[in-house]
Amino acid sequence: MIYFDNSATTKIDPEVLSTYTKVATDIWGNPSSLHKLGDRAHQMLEASRKQVASLLGVKPHEVFFTSGGTESNNTAIKGTAFEKREFGKHIITSSVEHASVANAFNSLEKLGFRVTRLPVDKQGRVNVNDLRQAIDSDTTLVSVMGVNNEIGAIQPIDEISDLLENYPTIHFHVDNVQALGKDIWERVFTPRVDLTSLSAHKFHAPRGIGVLYKKEGKMLMPLNDGGGQEKGLRSGTENLAAIAAMAKAMRLVLTDESQKAAKEQAIKDKILSYLQTKPGIDIFSPSNPDFAPHVLCFALEGIRGETLVHTLESRDIFTSTTSACASKTADEASTLVAMHVDDKIATSAIRLSFDESNTMQEADKFIAEFDDIYQHFAKINHLGE
Amino acid sequence: MVQYTEVMVRYGELSTKGKNRKDFIGKLAANVNRVLKDFPEIEVHPKHDRMHITLNGTPFEVIDEKLKKVFGIQTYSPVIKTEKSLESIKETALEIMQATYEAGMTFKVNTRRSDHKFEYDTNQLNSIIGDYIFEKIPGIKAEMKHPDLVLRIEVRQDAVYISNQLLHGAGGMPVGTAGKAVMMLSGGIDSPVASYLALKRGVDIEMVHFFSPPYTTEKALAKAKELTGVLANYAGKINFIAVPFAEIQETIKEKLPEGYLMTVQRRFMLRLADIIRERRGGLAIFNGESVGQVASQTLESMVAINDVTTTPVLRPVATMDKTEIIKLAEKIGTFDLSIVPFEDCCTIFAPPRPKTKPKLDKARKYESYLDVDGLIQRALDGIEITAIYPDQKFIDNQSSEDADLL
Repeated sequence: MIYFDNSATTKIDPEVLSTYTKVATDIWGNPSSLHKLGDRAHQMLEASRKQVASLLGVKPHEVFFTSGGTESNNTAIKGTAFEKREFGKHIITSSVEHASVANAFNSLEKLGFRVTRLPVDKQGRVNVNDLRQAIDSDTTLVSVMGVNNEIGAIQPIDEISDLLENYPTIHFHVDNVQALGKDIWERVFTPRVDLTSLSAHKFHAPRGIGVLYKKEGKMLMPLNDGGGQEKGLRSGTENLAAIAAMAKAMRLVLTDESQKAAKEQAIKDKILSYLQTKPGIDIFSPSNPDFAPHVLCFALEGIRGETLVHTLESRDIFTSTTSACASKTADEASTLVAMHVDDKIATSAIRLSFDESNTMQEADKFIAEFDDIYQHFAKINHLGE
Repeated sequence: MVQYTEVMVRYGELSTKGKNRKDFIGKLAANVNRVLKDFPEIEVHPKHDRMHITLNGTPFEVIDEKLKKVFGIQTYSPVIKTEKSLESIKETALEIMQATYEAGMTFKVNTRRSDHKFEYDTNQLNSIIGDYIFEKIPGIKAEMKHPDLVLRIEVRQDAVYISNQLLHGAGGMPVGTAGKAVMMLSGGIDSPVASYLALKRGVDIEMVHFFSPPYTTEKALAKAKELTGVLANYAGKINFIAVPFAEIQETIKEKLPEGYLMTVQRRFMLRLADIIRERRGGLAIFNGESVGQVASQTLESMVAINDVTTTPVLRPVATMDKTEIIKLAEKIGTFDLSIVPFEDCCTIFAPPRPKTKPKLDKARKYESYLDVDGLIQRALDGIEITAIYPDQKFIDNQSSEDADLL
């Protein structure tokens, strides 16, 4: 089996699963309980928080545990909009965000917030000048993702950060669900970033757990009210086993990060150099510093993305149409549409996404199998004629 | 790394103590031996003016940390013993200088001879060795008045001893030379600092700690014991005497007016501390009170509380500001532990409005309503004594084991 769908989810690491099981079995007290079972759980919770903070280079009290990327994004976006509604009702995002950001903005729009969605260029990147023009005295939030989940484009978070230095009261949120462990962290998590979202199952930890980083002093209205866990920002009994497992997975994924990212880049480059020789193939994830090393999106003209995904699957190769979250709905890829890619080509796009467990042998095998498929479809569609 | 062969220890106030000097030096040697007991190859030679610690291969760096915490040491220097030949003096002097020299430092050579038959005299040695260092270490400057490094060369009968560092010891007097006392230790910031200061003056203290289960937790008791473990670094070993106090507190709460709860509780504590002191051969009581810091520490409160005994009650931090106390707590390594938030027995039954100016006669009168002797006796019957050694741990370390899962 070749698994090239790591942006959808990753396989849990056995060591991480072992931590999950041990914590769930042995440290099952409620961290809020006063007795020693609770105390032990509380210690574990805070040790996990400290480790996550230290790995991200932030303070422990800036780390909040959530149920995952979607909740982190919703909390950051709606929490900001609600908290700062007295000061302004204009919020800004890009037109290529993950559904959990895009739909949070849609909901807020229905509630009467004014939304600006920044366009992107042919590379799928927003332009900081568009943002400059969009900001007004009513703006309370800018939310732009770090790495695009469909094509891997790295957004100009550094330039946006420079611009936002002039607007210290605007909350700057970056959805970094696709960005951790790819050796680009400093570019997508600048000191200006106030809020950032992470999802654990993207780095070999279990589902149902994620991180919201919230800079010291920044205020959010909580979405989950209740017993006041996570300093009142996210009530609900803490998912300790998953939290500990995530802390461990984060440590593991960030060990030798550069080597791992270089390996993913090499796999991407190898497949890319093959695809580039083929007529009728459109590539949306070039190999350059503005693209993440682990995502490769391309379209085979005339063949719907889902057809290609299933054909590859029949050869035991697992890939995705451009966004796993949207791939079961009929919507075409939103990023490609925003890039003004022709509809027919956009619906043909598939995404390969790698991680450190993939090998160059798998890249070779993929090329061989794909070439076989390509010959077949190219003939039918008269590609290259 | 330079392989030092011995450490020369200079005594502090001991030198001024006349006929008692021998006892003081003996006590210091015993204390030094105790902190170095894990290094059996080390030999301690107490002399009337200096103490020589022969390292026999133990790296100086590992015992440096331990010597810093022994009271009675004013200064000490790591030394290399070398042959009585010009070549080996040069070589050793250079080695020692290179190990400690940093860019821009100045130096001078200071030679002493007790062997007057040695072929070079002090002036010759000063100039030969000085020239040699000057030539071998580019950029080093000579400075006679206030050099950064004094290269000390002592030519004795048996060998030549070379050193260039003068390290500050803990000062004070060897623990045990001032006699025994009890220390009233809570789990806060002040009493560990007061303990340190008592030890510094040579007092051999035993901790008296009041605990009140179920109002206070096992963890609060463990914390006080662990603090004692930190302080044991300065004493070698400290006995920890835990006194159950809940019955007394409950009785006072039930029977006395609120304004006097605190004052009468403190009177009981002091009474108990005094009885324990007497039983264990102590001469004084120490505590961590600082004038005016809280209601029980006003001068009026001290009058009303101190009334129960004529034993000297010594308060080493009485006149220190909280910030000064905290600074010292950080230095001696007790602060981080002190601020771990567990209820101690002083806070549990603290009335909302304690009298800051309690009246002695009222305190006496209210107390007379209670069965003082019975309460005291039952508390004494429940005493537990634990010997605590340096850095001994008591707080459950489950969490650090658990952290290995991360």
